[in-house]
Amino acid sequence: MKTRPQIVGTPLERIEDHRLLTGKARFVDDIHIEGMLHAAIVRSPVAHGLLKGVDTQVARRMPGVHGVFSAEDIARDFGGVVPRIAIRAIRIPELEPIEQWAIATKKVRYVGEPIAVVVADSPAEAEDAADQVTFEIESLEPVTGWRQSAAGTSPLFDLPVTNRAITYTAIKGNARDCQGAYTRKERFRVQRHSGFPMETRGLLAVWESNAQRMTVYGAAKVPFFARRTLAAAMRLPLDAVDMIEVDVGGSFGMRGEFYPEDFLVPFASKRLNRPVKWIEDRRESLLGSNHSREMESELEIVCEANGRVLALRGSVAVDAGAYVRAAGVIPGRFVALMLSGPYDIPNIHVESVLYLTNKAPVGTYRGPGLFEADFFRERLFDCAARDLGIDPVQFRRVNLVEESQMPYRLATLDFPEETDELDSGNYRATLDQCMREFGWQEKIGLQGRLIDGKYNGLAVGCFIDGGAGGLKEHARIELENDGQVTVYVGSASVGQGLVTILTQIAADALQLPVERIRILHGSTTYLKEGVGSGYSRSTVMGGSVVLLAVEELKRRMRDAAAKKLGCSPDEIKFERDLVMTAGEKKLGWEQLGSLGLAAEVEFVNHHHTFAYGAAAAHVAVDPRTGKVDLIDYFTLEDLGRVINPLTARGQAVGAAVQGLGGVFLENLYYDADGQLLSGTLADYMMPTATDFPSVRAEAIGLCPSPHNPLGAKGGGEGGVIPVGGVIVNAIAAALVTMKIDPKELPLTPEALWSLIQSADGRSSV
Amino acid sequence: MLVTLCVNGEDSTTDVLPRTTLVDFLRHSLGMTGTHVGCEHGVCGACTVIVDGDAVRSCLMLAVQANGAEIMTIEGLADASANLSPLQEAFHRHHALQCGFCTPGVLMTAHALLRQEPNASKERIREVISGNLCRCTGYMPIVDAIFEARSSYQPASPATRARGR
Repeated sequence: MKTRPQIVGTPLERIEDHRLLTGKARFVDDIHIEGMLHAAIVRSPVAHGLLKGVDTQVARRMPGVHGVFSAEDIARDFGGVVPRIAIRAIRIPELEPIEQWAIATKKVRYVGEPIAVVVADSPAEAEDAADQVTFEIESLEPVTGWRQSAAGTSPLFDLPVTNRAITYTAIKGNARDCQGAYTRKERFRVQRHSGFPMETRGLLAVWESNAQRMTVYGAAKVPFFARRTLAAAMRLPLDAVDMIEVDVGGSFGMRGEFYPEDFLVPFASKRLNRPVKWIEDRRESLLGSNHSREMESELEIVCEANGRVLALRGSVAVDAGAYVRAAGVIPGRFVALMLSGPYDIPNIHVESVLYLTNKAPVGTYRGPGLFEADFFRERLFDCAARDLGIDPVQFRRVNLVEESQMPYRLATLDFPEETDELDSGNYRATLDQCMREFGWQEKIGLQGRLIDGKYNGLAVGCFIDGGAGGLKEHARIELENDGQVTVYVGSASVGQGLVTILTQIAADALQLPVERIRILHGSTTYLKEGVGSGYSRSTVMGGSVVLLAVEELKRRMRDAAAKKLGCSPDEIKFERDLVMTAGEKKLGWEQLGSLGLAAEVEFVNHHHTFAYGAAAAHVAVDPRTGKVDLIDYFTLEDLGRVINPLTARGQAVGAAVQGLGGVFLENLYYDADGQLLSGTLADYMMPTATDFPSVRAEAIGLCPSPHNPLGAKGGGEGGVIPVGGVIVNAIAAALVTMKIDPKELPLTPEALWSLIQSADGRSSV
Repeated sequence: MLVTLCVNGEDSTTDVLPRTTLVDFLRHSLGMTGTHVGCEHGVCGACTVIVDGDAVRSCLMLAVQANGAEIMTIEGLADASANLSPLQEAFHRHHALQCGFCTPGVLMTAHALLRQEPNASKERIREVISGNLCRCTGYMPIVDAIFEARSSYQPASPATRARGR
């Protein structure tokens, strides 16, 4: 049979682009519904205090105001109890007492915590009235760091009595008793920062009292979980709640988790029986959307004299913020579970302690826990390699997991017990290819050299990128009577190009041109069940369920064709463009399109995928200013199978630049009173076009994952994971003569300059 | 207050509250939602539109300040039958957008730049576009796309003649 040229693996230009390029996209704030009201949230200006009373009387009388709701008003509708924001990822009973209330009740625990909701005819009127809500807060000692939290002088909750939310321990072998020729213990710290998509969060809730139905526009990432959570919190039947996914301006882990406003706005809509919209402003985003990354580690490495790592042991203190939100435990779990990264480390004992503080609650940010783990581990490796007089590349090479060791078991974590396996890979091959394409041999002569007043430094590091999280994904496929095939899938689009990727997969499987495939995704109206996007899952899980759906549709088409042609289904052969043949007999979709052939399937997967790779950097450091120029950065990742090299590379470059922001710029900085000092984009500095102009990336399909029919591995996060370790190792290599070993991020010019000033034997430049 | 202005070639007169920003006016009074709001404090550039030929942050300008102005928004960049302009096509080819939220502002900044400086160097493009934040792409493909689109803004170029624009 004549087959169509394969589309998977080709750089198909994105199907999504046209609307986005012409202003015809539909983000949640673009939706206008007649009679729609607008909400503004009154937020705590105090980090820690007893909430003695909220007075909404004046606000209620302000022009255009339809309603003002405090915790008291909300509790009245729910038997005296304010609903709480359920943990989505790895909920255990021990954590339930520290789930966040949808609105502050007796206490406020971070600046930005909701105290009241004001609903008015316009956003401006809602904000005017919000200013008139008064409240009394009796201040308590704010807890602004993990050490203060551990000291326990100012408990956030009555129960648990300490500020330790939970301690996870990752164990493998016997690291505690492990002895080797060389040991070194170091402290490292990563600062608080997060994803902050360009589109802030927002939602439009529409309560229809006649139908007793709630429809929420603006769902993202995990709409089906959001539906379950909202239905439970509002005590509505599941099928009375729908989440509609419109265009989403980025997630990076943050957007789409269930937040207090995801309850408060639908609640207001139901109480007022009017559609209510709320769009987060940037200050609210920086104050209250999930923060991430803030951790301090004390880790010890044990090696043989030849650089073979025998053990990693120590602890990580996670500043978790005021509550444990939807995915709040993930960074703290992953930093321990995946600390060993792509290396064969036989003995591991790492405790990860989540400390509660009076700061915004944390959640996931692209590469959660893995960015931090890579920074800690790769820095420690370079310190050890230098002490032992071993080339840092060689140090990595002798410790990488070998292809013959796959699947390779990682450490085991508790609460609940969890372990994981690296699924496949040739880790040395990607390290070698990365160095080759980076031009390591040509550049290594510059190592440590002072050129034009700047010290040059190079480093390379290796990483893993866990993907395909969540057990299932769901899809429904339909053969339309015009020969189009529509696939409804539970995966969500957060701007990553989901439609293009899934269309490519479906087009090959159906042998149809891309124009005849329609992918619809995310909304709960499409499917009974679904999961979404996150944990680098949408290509692997969404793509695999699309393949299953196509197989099932073909089986039904074959059965139907066999009936029409009077033969057995086994005799039917699929040609391209939905033409079926049995010997000389032939039949097209035209004869089947009116039958309403459709199928609903689920893909179940018990294994994570582990994409992996290596990244290399060349920096030049100006010792007079502490400014670092990134001369070249290259990151190479094996995605098992590359569906679209254009979008895969786009993910990697974009993620790498986000990582560079985390290394040099981005900092959610709190003062001792628990006030956020970086509450605008002028203070919270994201990378701009002039900051890092030399970032290159490549995605390859070298070792397919054995666990899914595509062989693909999740690839959205690998670009960000190695950045901290590689960049800071390159800076340390540049400044090796000054014996400078930066151990904290962000490495601002000021921070690096201070290190240079205080270094022994500093240069006289 | 009455505001009369011309948006993408169409004149309109509208009664607005004096405190309404230009971006809120475009989005909510005129229903042109292609222009986005990312920070409302003039840093991110998502709201960039072209006012009398210059790229302007419409979150920092009041609608009443634009009285009598000629304004171009993202909705005016493609032609009437929605064919992409060479600049938009270059963004598509170079994968210079992912979520697309910042894209209208980036395109407006780039369009104003190339109309004023059709020979802008890559460094110049990078410098000008540094006023627009993009969280997805890392900027490399954006700079490449704008650089490639320069030819369509150069007066005597065959590309311009062929498109007749």
